[in-house]
Amino acid sequence: MDLPDISVDTGGGRRPRRSSFVQPSVIPGFGLTFGFTLAWLCLIVLLPLSALFLRATGMSWHDFLEVGFSTRALRAYQLSFGASLAAGAVNTVSGLIIAWVLVRYSFPGKRLIGALVDLPFALPTAVAGIALTALYAQNGWIGGLIAPLGVKIAFTRAGVVIALIFIGLPFVVRSVEPVLADVGADVEEAAATLGATPLQTFRRVILPAIGPALLTGFALAFARGVGEYGSVIFIAGNMPYRSEIAPLLIVTQLEQFDYAGATAIASVMLVAAFVVLLFVNLLQRWTRKRGVA
Amino acid sequence: MAGTLAPSRTGRVVLMVLAFAFLALFIVAPLVAVFVEALSKGIATYGAALVEPDALSAIKLTLLVAAISVPLNVLFGLAASWAITKFDFPAKNLLITLIDLPFSVSPVVAGLIYVLLFGAQGWLGPWLEAHNVQIIFAVPGIVLATTFITFPFVARELIPLMEEQGRDDEEAAISLGASGWQAFRKVTLPNVRWALLYGVLLCNARAMGEFGAVSVVSGHIRGKTNTMPLHVEILYNEYNFAAAFAVASLLALLALATLALKSILEWRYGVHGKGHP
Repeated sequence: MDLPDISVDTGGGRRPRRSSFVQPSVIPGFGLTFGFTLAWLCLIVLLPLSALFLRATGMSWHDFLEVGFSTRALRAYQLSFGASLAAGAVNTVSGLIIAWVLVRYSFPGKRLIGALVDLPFALPTAVAGIALTALYAQNGWIGGLIAPLGVKIAFTRAGVVIALIFIGLPFVVRSVEPVLADVGADVEEAAATLGATPLQTFRRVILPAIGPALLTGFALAFARGVGEYGSVIFIAGNMPYRSEIAPLLIVTQLEQFDYAGATAIASVMLVAAFVVLLFVNLLQRWTRKRGVA
Repeated sequence: MAGTLAPSRTGRVVLMVLAFAFLALFIVAPLVAVFVEALSKGIATYGAALVEPDALSAIKLTLLVAAISVPLNVLFGLAASWAITKFDFPAKNLLITLIDLPFSVSPVVAGLIYVLLFGAQGWLGPWLEAHNVQIIFAVPGIVLATTFITFPFVARELIPLMEEQGRDDEEAAISLGASGWQAFRKVTLPNVRWALLYGVLLCNARAMGEFGAVSVVSGHIRGKTNTMPLHVEILYNEYNFAAAFAVASLLALLALATLALKSILEWRYGVHGKGHP
């Protein structure tokens, strides 16, 4: 199908395409759909995003560093990245267990539970935020239980982690599930027949197979967590230097008409997000290649 | 059977208990909390919170924004997947990555870029003001930010499926004399309808529930530029918890309906959606 020289009539006497950009095809509509795609992409995504970077480059290095890496901003990055790492780590373990149970065991209500895993994707973040706050506040169902132990979650940095665990959970489960189903129980049985203990089987057989998917899920959850706003601001204390996430700092700067500050912090976060995206892309390409081999 | 990773009943039971406990704590409890809190002051308060004028206007605006941005993204998704899967051209993977880009941008940053472009201090701000066009702190800004946030949803469901289905059907239709439009409508569209619906479903859920991006561009003008999630925030910050959770419960119902339809599409019609941002 991809022969370089197709000299057949292109059907119905249509004019053959002479563009060197696109390979010749009998299917029409490339110009229209490609043009629209590119125009819409530029208009909605690329131009507005480049406006941010142009605005950032309009600042001097000194100014950029001063506002983009001020102590308050650094603390906010620290919280956003740290809490996302912590939540990602929790989700890597619990997501793996949930995926395992969903793939390997059968039990009544399995489909319902499988569908519920996606709730964080479907539930608006603000709703998740106020619901989690109600649960973990001092007088909430869970907050009330742990308050006598002297543990406070809502309105502290721990609250941020809780919200990010909620938001990130499906990423890990959905990344690991298909790979786990592919590995199959027979591989484990083979390992066991050869004398491996369950732990050895997990470490030597299962983990190498699902490792990339697990890492992908973690990275996706992490990336989402770093930028997350709606579910976090209700449960975090939002105290500058203590429990203020980076996206909230951007909003605060904007409300004070500090456009330079907002731009600098947003650029830093955007670059960080692109790095994670690149990492995920490389990871997925690598996994795909390994899957073929 | 002996020797699988959880060989004993105990191992199996422990893993299942752990999984269920985690899901109960992080998924079910928040969901139940929304409805319990919403009904905490009785059904009358619940009803009143939903028919109050500001709530109604928030519901209307949310529906309006979704009614504009979802069709725009459907149009884009169809065009993009047609161009990407029916033709060969260089840098195709780059284009796909760029389409996915909005997923890795923080919602707050998504709002900010439009403020920097169209806001009073933005590049086009003075020109817009001179021509009496308001985008930021008005409905167009909310639509733009929502469109940005939901940009990849439809395209990313269609591209893998259309790639898999190949071009033979369309090529056959066209060699039999169908026009491009006819091939699209009679061949492609029926082939991808369930995946398209899946994309629309997720796109719509996100469009109606978006908070961060919309919050930055909306200006929070009560009764005018408040969507449902923003209305929830305002009520909550006013300590009007029952009303906040009442409006939130509508959004939670929307989420549950989305999950139910999504599951039906997966089970009945075999859509293997990517499903997530």
